[in-house]
Amino acid sequence: MPALPLDEAGKYVAGAYVVFVVLLAVYVAIMAAKLQRIERELRELARFAEQRNGERERERVTTDV
Amino acid sequence: MTPSRLAFATILAKDLRAELRTLQSLPAMALFAVTTFVIFRFGLDRTSLSGSLAAGVLWATLLFAAVLGINRLFVAEREEGGFDAIRLAPIDRTALFAAKAAALLVYLLVLELIVVPVFALFFLDSAAALPPLAAVLLLADLGLAATGTLISSMAVHSRARDLLTPLVLLPLVVPLMIAATGATEPLLTLGGPAYDRFGTWLAVLGLYDLVFLLVGYAVFDFLLED
Amino acid sequence: MYGKGLRTLSIATVAALAAALSLIFFYAPLDADQGFIQKIFYLHVPLSIVALLGFVAGGVYAILHLRSGERRWDAYSYVCIHLSVIFAVGVLITGSIWAKASWGHWWVWDEPTLVSFLIVFLLYATYYPFRYAIEDPERQARYASVFAVTAGAFVPLNFLAVRLAESLVHPRVFATTAGGLPGSMMLAFLVSIAAMALLWVTLVKLELTAKSASGQLKRLRRALDAPAPGAPSRVAPEV
Repeated sequence: MPALPLDEAGKYVAGAYVVFVVLLAVYVAIMAAKLQRIERELRELARFAEQRNGERERERVTTDV
Repeated sequence: MTPSRLAFATILAKDLRAELRTLQSLPAMALFAVTTFVIFRFGLDRTSLSGSLAAGVLWATLLFAAVLGINRLFVAEREEGGFDAIRLAPIDRTALFAAKAAALLVYLLVLELIVVPVFALFFLDSAAALPPLAAVLLLADLGLAATGTLISSMAVHSRARDLLTPLVLLPLVVPLMIAATGATEPLLTLGGPAYDRFGTWLAVLGLYDLVFLLVGYAVFDFLLED
Repeated sequence: MYGKGLRTLSIATVAALAAALSLIFFYAPLDADQGFIQKIFYLHVPLSIVALLGFVAGGVYAILHLRSGERRWDAYSYVCIHLSVIFAVGVLITGSIWAKASWGHWWVWDEPTLVSFLIVFLLYATYYPFRYAIEDPERQARYASVFAVTAGAFVPLNFLAVRLAESLVHPRVFATTAGGLPGSMMLAFLVSIAAMALLWVTLVKLELTAKSASGQLKRLRRALDAPAPGAPSRVAPEV
């Protein structure tokens, strides 16, 4: 089979490697979305914990008085 | 008779008796297959078939008809508490796998006993290919019974049983279909059966049967836990 | 601690990928037959080898899960199969591009390795709907492991059947096995395999770390008696 000339072959080779890079990028994007969700939930959880601590503090103050 | 063998025979007899009484699976499978032949006759616009086309029509039809039966294989167990009964009984769980696979094998053989002659009548010039075809059918049925029982027993516990069985089963039986059609194609060539690589394909079918019967035997215990 | 060693692994992966790419494009000679097109070989074949080994690893972890009953192994098996499916998409697309470049068609049925790979991919693609359809998490893990073991047994059988269906009818156009490669090409090829394998391991570890993070988050939420967020994923297991 005759080898394709370089300018023609280059397109296909570049295409294949671009596919690989795009696939990786899509994967990274999906993982980023997951990370974002984890961060959001952590933030909520931290706020919740602080709020509860604050309530406890207030309760202690009122019972002391 | 050992307890396992007894359990095997009892479950198998129960299944066959239930099928004989209710006729839930087999008539539907046979009817489906014959109708599919009619559809192929018009879809392909051919009144007689030979070679690869004949093998393809025959095996595609048999496979899809088999899926109908495989879908229903464990429905009674699921809906009427048969699984719980098996779990409570002091028997080897593999007996259930063996009995169900045997029942499915019987269904498939009966289906083919009805449908393959109809196929020959509809499309083939002579019935000379039928005796060697029986060997291919038997080996392929064994493999279908093994994988079908395995997948069906899992799919029956899911929300989408009817969808899941064909979805998982079809790619799983592709090697089986390659070998079965490979063996069938020369048998159905015009001018009498040829045996081109017949032995090789039978060996592949046998290997497939062996592997999936062993896999089924090895993993079936885990499917019945809890 | 799933995140341990992730940084070292990532650095090693980047280094290996860089080495592989420079060997492929600046060191390995042009193929006498295929010319520049043959450079796809260094991407396509290592990807497929790693994807297949990943499926095997998924099966091995599934066996571990069935034997020990530890949910951790199910998560390992899931992640292995998940990443191999992603790699398999890459294999099919690069294979298709290669087929177009060397034979003029986007898909050729007489290249048994690629066809086998398609069938394997189709089977493993049903792993997700299969998992998703089973509601009880413990049963889901068990059945998914049975699936992984069954599919693992399927892979070699499938390659055998497809190869038998094709090879005697059409002679193979070229050998994809590394047997006939000259030394410099062989080096580039081996380094590519190592780079792909490292990439796969890194991504597996990353995915497991993410799963472990959301698992720990759930644990924290339970410990604090916090209200539950939206529904968690029902397909992916958590560590």
